[in-house]
Amino acid sequence: MKPLRFLLGVACWLALAGAFSAVRAADAAAPAAPAAPTSEERIAALEAYINNGDPGKSLTGVAGPGHNAWMMTSAALVLFMTLPGLALFYGGLVRKKNVLSVLAQCLGITGLVTILWWAFGYSLVFGTSYGSAFFGGSEYFFLKDVTSAPNTNYAYWVSQNVFSMYQMMFAIITPALIVGAIAERMKFSAILIFVTVWMFVVYFPLAHMVWGANGFMNGVWNGEAKIPAIDFAGGTVVHMSSGWSALILCMILGPRLGFGKEKMAPHSMVLCMVGTGMLWVGWYGFNAGSAVAADGVAANAFMTTTLATAVAAFTWGMLEKITRGHASVLGFCSGAVAGLVVITPACGFVNSTGSVIIGVLAGVIPFLACTKLKSMFKYDDALDTFGVHAVGGTLGALVTGFLATSSVNANLVGAPATKNGLAALVTNGGLWLAQLKAIGLTLVLSVVATVIIAFILKAIIGLRPTAEVEQQGLDITEHGEEGYIA
Amino acid sequence: MKLIIAIIKPFKLDEVKEALSQVGIEGMTVTEVKGFGRQKGHTEIYRGSEYTVDFLPKVKIELAVSDEQVTKVVEAISKGAKTGKIGDGKIFVVPLEDVLRIRTDERGDAAI
Repeated sequence: MKPLRFLLGVACWLALAGAFSAVRAADAAAPAAPAAPTSEERIAALEAYINNGDPGKSLTGVAGPGHNAWMMTSAALVLFMTLPGLALFYGGLVRKKNVLSVLAQCLGITGLVTILWWAFGYSLVFGTSYGSAFFGGSEYFFLKDVTSAPNTNYAYWVSQNVFSMYQMMFAIITPALIVGAIAERMKFSAILIFVTVWMFVVYFPLAHMVWGANGFMNGVWNGEAKIPAIDFAGGTVVHMSSGWSALILCMILGPRLGFGKEKMAPHSMVLCMVGTGMLWVGWYGFNAGSAVAADGVAANAFMTTTLATAVAAFTWGMLEKITRGHASVLGFCSGAVAGLVVITPACGFVNSTGSVIIGVLAGVIPFLACTKLKSMFKYDDALDTFGVHAVGGTLGALVTGFLATSSVNANLVGAPATKNGLAALVTNGGLWLAQLKAIGLTLVLSVVATVIIAFILKAIIGLRPTAEVEQQGLDITEHGEEGYIA
Repeated sequence: MKLIIAIIKPFKLDEVKEALSQVGIEGMTVTEVKGFGRQKGHTEIYRGSEYTVDFLPKVKIELAVSDEQVTKVVEAISKGAKTGKIGDGKIFVVPLEDVLRIRTDERGDAAI
């Protein structure tokens, strides 16, 4: 209990400090009167709104209603992926006695990460004041100066407060994905502390590297990027980071009591399927929303996401039918999620053919990881976070390097991309090498950081509940409730 | 008097009930049970994990009959429940000492 109390104390302190600095900011704001724009400039600004471009002299600091509307919708959709999509997808897959523990972990992470994001996270990812390719800045701590005006480093027409909330939903679902590997056997307090540290060590730096205006691996938007890699909606940041960390954490944690001896079948495939459907729907916000505009790139991502997911779900199901004689609901669900994961880094860069190829690969390779690899090495990745998200995320990041084309996204050969070498890689081939470097960096950061955090936590507070608690189930012991009465 | 206990395949319950009413049986007790004999269970596969489920769902019928009814009742159950495949179930015939109808306090054959 003590670490939790400490966390709460820190949270209260942060709340006070943040409120104070926000009040100060309001006092300091003093708007200056701009010179009146000409008619030409006003028309140019309206055209820029349609083209999702720079408004120039008129309409600066104003959010575009259409783009803003789509991004608010997308933010809600991505939250819907975690609550209740992922919660039900995972919740259905555990045993009856642990269903609430999974829901509580998803809810707890949502609240915790929101506080971290407000206080430091957004600024560390999307700020630039440190002038570093690895860490953002301190200018937006406590969401100071994050208003309805756009931050033109990231979007000309989307309010920065909307952009910030949209990106926060990614920060929420990423650690929530890890829950799948360690389900049914980790202390709630240990999970919250692990996630807190992990966000600062892995997620915030990685998200800055990939999406930050001066990020190390932001090939599309940072002309100075040392690794000109591309990741449209988070194949490395979200799925690789969570998936590889999940594998390491579940190995350090050890298998569930009775693993391989007792029956640990899903307690409700119905809930699991309902959750899968919600994930799929929510993922449109995740992928098409990652255009940060309601533009043609978003439209392309919407199509590729649909194609890859449907193809992967069908492929996984048919593989089961051929190899085992039954196409299972869990097979279709796993294929759908794998398809969504693999298309994530690619969705805004590939065309319809590329997305169908990705769908087939997503149906085959994660299928082999979940069915063959896991039984070969006997790690207890309870709900296959590694098999689906790490393997799928890595696969997606790599194939994006082969299938990305500037015909669907001109930004691949835009000004920053020309400067850092991305444009040449896209045109002449060889992008996969940059992708491989991004994969390597993500993998090493996730694995090393997780090993260190997990061993320190294990030594200080312990990661697992007692055997008796685990046997009884985490619902009653950790949360004082039961999922199903009678 | 005899107590007849029959374990049958669940989907055969209606046919057994029909067959029993044709030989004049007007009451029985039915329970959903699980078990296995020679039929054994089945396997369930969730992604890479395979589980053997030993216990299969069955229906247990219990009814008390007078000695002269026993043969035709057993035949009726057997006829209604038979598919000819493994797992059709079993019928147990057990001696019954006494029966009491609670409402009227009747005993023995009169209470059946």
